[in-house]
Amino acid sequence: MTSTLLDGPVIDLALLGLAVAFLLGMLRGVLGPTTADRAIAADVCFFAVVSSFALLALRSGSEAFLDVVLVASLLGFLATVALAALVTARTS
Amino acid sequence: MRAVIAAVLIFAGVLVMLIAGLGVLRMPDTLTRSSAATKGTGLGAGMILLGVGIAIGTPNAVVKVGLAIALQIASAPLAGHLIGRAAYRSGAPLWGGTVLDDYRRFYPYERQRMAWRREAGRGGPFDDRNEGSP
Repeated sequence: MTSTLLDGPVIDLALLGLAVAFLLGMLRGVLGPTTADRAIAADVCFFAVVSSFALLALRSGSEAFLDVVLVASLLGFLATVALAALVTARTS
Repeated sequence: MRAVIAAVLIFAGVLVMLIAGLGVLRMPDTLTRSSAATKGTGLGAGMILLGVGIAIGTPNAVVKVGLAIALQIASAPLAGHLIGRAAYRSGAPLWGGTVLDDYRRFYPYERQRMAWRREAGRGGPFDDRNEGSP
């Protein structure tokens, strides 16, 4: 963690990019005409948040955030599966 | 040197995530949006995680990051497939310029099968029309 290249402002810039990606996904979630569009948008937003947790692990120097990343990527898959089942069940 | 590699990976990943967000916003069709989201988030988040793992560099962090990346690579295509199939079945309109729709041939059969499942009282995991029956 002593690298000068990846301290503070550089990671803040990367976090800002992820925030923009989150906002783009959120906009699709608001606009999205179908429920499946909203599920896709939620997926994108979720992975932006997970990536920002990884960057926060780097920024704060605590590896506990990596546990959060590990559990969250598993839960994200389960959430997507549940949303897909819900989209299918709504229409039948 | 390690920090340079990590920074390049992280910023490339952020760029791919931005492209994924843009694709989700701008693509004309639910299925193309799903495609942009699946590939973009899989590659982008994977690159960011790899960069973070290289930057931190302790064995613990490398193992956790490697597990997260493996999980992501295993689950992202499945999630994309499930969402795409659910979108098609729920009647999401296709883009006007679509040239190939292979699933359409199987769709009448799928509809019939779903109707049979409904009659048998098993309309899906969230079917609550007849609660209490197994």
